[in-house]
Amino acid sequence: MTAATSAPAVSRDHGLELLRQMTRIRRFEEKCAELYGQGKIRGFLHLYIGEEAVAVGALQALGPEDAIVATYREHGHALVRGISARAVMAEMYGKATGCSRGRGGSMHLFDAATRFYGGNAIVGGGLPLAVGLALADRLRSERRVTACFFGDGAVAEGEFHESLNLASLWRLPVLFLCENNLYAMGTALERHQAQLDLTLKARGYAVAAESVDGMDVLAVEAAARRATEAVRSGAGPFLLEARTYRFRAHSAYDPELYRQKEEVERWKERDPIPGLEKKLRESGLLAAEDLERIEGEVKAEVDDAVAFAEASPWEPVEDLLKDVCAEPPSAKGARP
Amino acid sequence: MKTTYREAVRAALREALQRDPRVFLMGEDVGRYGGTYAVSRGLLEEFGPERIRDAPLSESTFVGAGIGAAMAGMRPIVEVMTVNFSLLCLDQIVNNAATLRHMSGGQVAVPLVIRMATGAGRQVAAQHSHSLEGWYAHVPGVKVLVPATLEDARGMLWTALQDPDPVLIFEHATLYGVEGDLADDAGAVEIGHAAVRRPGRDVTLVASGGTLAKSLRAAEALAQEGIEAEVIDLRVLRPLDDATILGSVRRTRRAVVVDEGWRTGSLSAEVVARIMESAFYDLDAPVARVCTAEVPIPYPRHLEEAALPQPETIAEAARGVVRHG
Repeated sequence: MTAATSAPAVSRDHGLELLRQMTRIRRFEEKCAELYGQGKIRGFLHLYIGEEAVAVGALQALGPEDAIVATYREHGHALVRGISARAVMAEMYGKATGCSRGRGGSMHLFDAATRFYGGNAIVGGGLPLAVGLALADRLRSERRVTACFFGDGAVAEGEFHESLNLASLWRLPVLFLCENNLYAMGTALERHQAQLDLTLKARGYAVAAESVDGMDVLAVEAAARRATEAVRSGAGPFLLEARTYRFRAHSAYDPELYRQKEEVERWKERDPIPGLEKKLRESGLLAAEDLERIEGEVKAEVDDAVAFAEASPWEPVEDLLKDVCAEPPSAKGARP
Repeated sequence: MKTTYREAVRAALREALQRDPRVFLMGEDVGRYGGTYAVSRGLLEEFGPERIRDAPLSESTFVGAGIGAAMAGMRPIVEVMTVNFSLLCLDQIVNNAATLRHMSGGQVAVPLVIRMATGAGRQVAAQHSHSLEGWYAHVPGVKVLVPATLEDARGMLWTALQDPDPVLIFEHATLYGVEGDLADDAGAVEIGHAAVRRPGRDVTLVASGGTLAKSLRAAEALAQEGIEAEVIDLRVLRPLDDATILGSVRRTRRAVVVDEGWRTGSLSAEVVARIMESAFYDLDAPVARVCTAEVPIPYPRHLEEAALPQPETIAEAARGVVRHG
């Protein structure tokens, strides 16, 4: 595992940006939990609280030309990628102004403009899509990277093994990003994996792999930049495992019978947001008014997103069947 | 020209690869082996390994990769060796290919073609004899084609590739060796309609894929007895062409629906229900069905034949509805 950085090699501006992005996700998710309690958001809601350093750190390594495939715990990734908080929040509400027109909800955020391909809610199901996106780049000789996020639970799925093998066999530019939060829903890693070192599985498919402290945004960013560079250079896929932890329940329905409160509290001591604050402060890169300013900006953005979602229209029922298929083209000429 | 169903599919693949640089073929043994049913023989040599891609036995991932490549603007043709193995990639087809356009609010298109062999009749026993195209026809978001003729084997692929949505093409495994005449300039055909393959006035036989030839043979036998059967080839299982089915049934006032799938929850049940919903008062007899017996397809020839729709059982069902009333 990559050693934690002691003194961050980071500029003040970049350090504050990382802090702002993580804070955005944290406050956005807290607001989602509140809105869920009020019945404004329905269905399944999977919060990213505790794991913010992974999406924020990893996505620094990508350019606008690259593609992202994410899981159903993807609000943070969407926000960092540049989908507006308004469009994400409206999607949570199921409103027509949502980034998927409200059809997908919390688990299915899509945005073609930023090449954000979901929001995939079948565990492991996104990995083959990422392989295909990368295959298209390869066939067109594009030097683009597809970043594919998935959890430790997906490692038990056949598609993880098939996808690593195929991406490696065809040397496709996929950055496989395992967000190992130690639980496949409620089943602890040691209860679902015989081999706990997930990087060893990658080596079985001749895929380069590395683990990183997923609670340290600077470490994640550094590792993701190295990995992305390798992938972009044509070296084939890379598996980056970020060891992280979710502070909240799996979803709003989860009574959390499978883990001890003490364990959660221990991980909270490694909260990535205060962790970065401390580092920046110790390096003289953070002033008290910075935090106030960030919190103020983030609160305004989240409040604005909620107001936007509240005021937004529902998709008319007449549009129910719209976009199941495109309007059919008819073949020129021949009839059977 | 004289050709076979296999050669017609190969000609369609070659045309697609020549005409559109976004097209590539991916699947198990499509390259060096030449295709399990020898459909793609020679294509690797002609188009190279980048466009004729031998995939590992990872159905879920190479079908999913086809979906991903299609999302990115390519036009993949994914060959799943047979419908039996497509159960290993059902998740990708049903949960991804079929949902992405609607679930993304219209942003993500999946212009993908998946071809697979289907059907029984070759004594390959229960795990290699499924006819599950009716299952796929259940799912909104995909189109389901069943080319039963040389013209459709030659012409459906190109039109399917122009479709902005996923299209599944089911090729009945007993058809690959079928020989016949095909026009030298045969090319793309439309994929929106059923076709009347034999006109008749007394009873409508609704068939598709591997049951078309059997139904036509049944019609010939019936003609000897003075019963003129009209034979419809569905061609497209989703979306179903109600107009052609209902138009025929309204003329003949009688129908037999033939389906190589099992009767329970089958596509034939759907066709019968649509006839009942829209043409009930035009019928002179209850609609009959000839389906596969509800049993895993057995290996010995006599049992397999007994399990499947046959010209004799189709003709007998037709006699029954014609005698009725």
